[in-house]
Amino acid sequence: MEAFLTATIQKELNSASGPMLLDAQFTINKGEMVALYGPSGSGKSTILRIIAGLTKPSSGKITLENSLLSCTETRLFQKPQDRPIGFMFQDYALFPNMTLRENIEFAQPKRNINELDYLLELFDLGALQHHKPLQLSGGQRQRLALARTLAKKPQLLLLDEPLSAVDPTIRHRLQDELLTLQKSQAITTLLVTHDLPEVFRLAQRVLILESGKIQKSGSPFDVFGDARISGKVQLMAEVVAVETEDVIVILTVLAGNTPMKVAVCKDETTYQPGDKVLVVSKAFNPIVRKIE
Amino acid sequence: MIDPLFWETLWLTFKLAITTTTILFVIGIPIAALLGTNQFRGKPILDALISMPLVLPPSVLGYYLLVAYSPDNFPGNLLKEWFDVQLAFSYEGIVIGSVIFSLPFMISPIQSGLQNLPSSLSEACATLGKNKWTTLYKVLLPNIKPSLLTAGVLTFAHTIGEFGVVLMIGGNLQGRTRVASIAIYDELQDLHPEIANRYALILFAVTFTLLIAINLINRKQSVWKPF
Repeated sequence: MEAFLTATIQKELNSASGPMLLDAQFTINKGEMVALYGPSGSGKSTILRIIAGLTKPSSGKITLENSLLSCTETRLFQKPQDRPIGFMFQDYALFPNMTLRENIEFAQPKRNINELDYLLELFDLGALQHHKPLQLSGGQRQRLALARTLAKKPQLLLLDEPLSAVDPTIRHRLQDELLTLQKSQAITTLLVTHDLPEVFRLAQRVLILESGKIQKSGSPFDVFGDARISGKVQLMAEVVAVETEDVIVILTVLAGNTPMKVAVCKDETTYQPGDKVLVVSKAFNPIVRKIE
Repeated sequence: MIDPLFWETLWLTFKLAITTTTILFVIGIPIAALLGTNQFRGKPILDALISMPLVLPPSVLGYYLLVAYSPDNFPGNLLKEWFDVQLAFSYEGIVIGSVIFSLPFMISPIQSGLQNLPSSLSEACATLGKNKWTTLYKVLLPNIKPSLLTAGVLTFAHTIGEFGVVLMIGGNLQGRTRVASIAIYDELQDLHPEIANRYALILFAVTFTLLIAINLINRKQSVWKPF
């Protein structure tokens, strides 16, 4: 398949640990949902901003569906206003002075009441359409931000940590909504996240960004899963507590919302609360029980 | 029975304040937007120029304006030749002086209001295809209403309290350039303390009420909060 978005980006950044060169090359296919994953300060949001035209790259070239958005060699730089790109901000950037309906209407290139009503309906915001964004809950704000971004009819959707502001219980539901929507609209999406479960749930492909470089890319299972273990039971989890005993270390980990204790051998690996770990059980026949 | 000249002077004072505030809203908002939402070369100089009236003695500004208004110099000579206008000792002349003198009072609250808005608001407008003017008038300004109100009231109150510049370039011509602050000084010199007292009381009451009003309104108004 021919690449829909082709990006070569270089930019000098001042990260918390000193100057850093962002140097990334990647492509995205049409209709794909790709996650850009990495620790904070690795340059994820900058890549998004450069694609949208909000930040100028030091050098590089960005092509979207055969049209050139920017090219430092020929000094071409299309203004963000002219790029067919939708950008959803981490803080949602909703306009507090406008009602929900006005927020979406403002984003429409041409006023179209049918479409406006359709978007309100699609995102389940119809009943709230005359409220102001400040009166909304986190989930409703996220839906409004997405509806507003889509009202522009972008060819490429850029989401900057779209679910970081909502609590884990609604995050799950919003991920489902996002996924359904992305599939039904077949809209090419690049999503920035530092949440591993989100990568697995949403993305068909993941780009791993570390200190400004894309270290790995591929399907989430290929990139994070260890193929040699022939996939028995794998759980993505986060370390919440570490107890060191004589020869073993007992980790309390959280897989989704389920806490569990696992014992690991004491070796050179050190664990800290907050570490993301992959818990693999080699049991040939793990007990699986249907609960719903 | 109060002298009709008293009312005329008072009316001129408020007319000057209203005119100055209106003109400053028109020219101050674009300048504040330029300074508050952009980085460009020469910005420190423009910033300093606009703040000059805060530190410059009014007589210095008045002196330079008088020089500029003079038909012997530019641009006074052009105004005289082309439009037969003489700005020194005229109402139009003191309006221009007041506009320059109150410039920082209009610009600074609007500028800081714009700077306090999260940059994602204007960036969101840009990604939605909106130009800078639409962004400013539809999104940024409606979200800094308290700053706009403060700017307007401060400009108005400051113009009422103006003395030095108006005296230098306007003189003290009844019905044309004599404003209340000058009248107070003049009436005291002429040994009419009761008239000076009346002017003073009115100015005090008006400006005090205005400042209390904006404090109350701004406390009620919801200032922009991050979600």
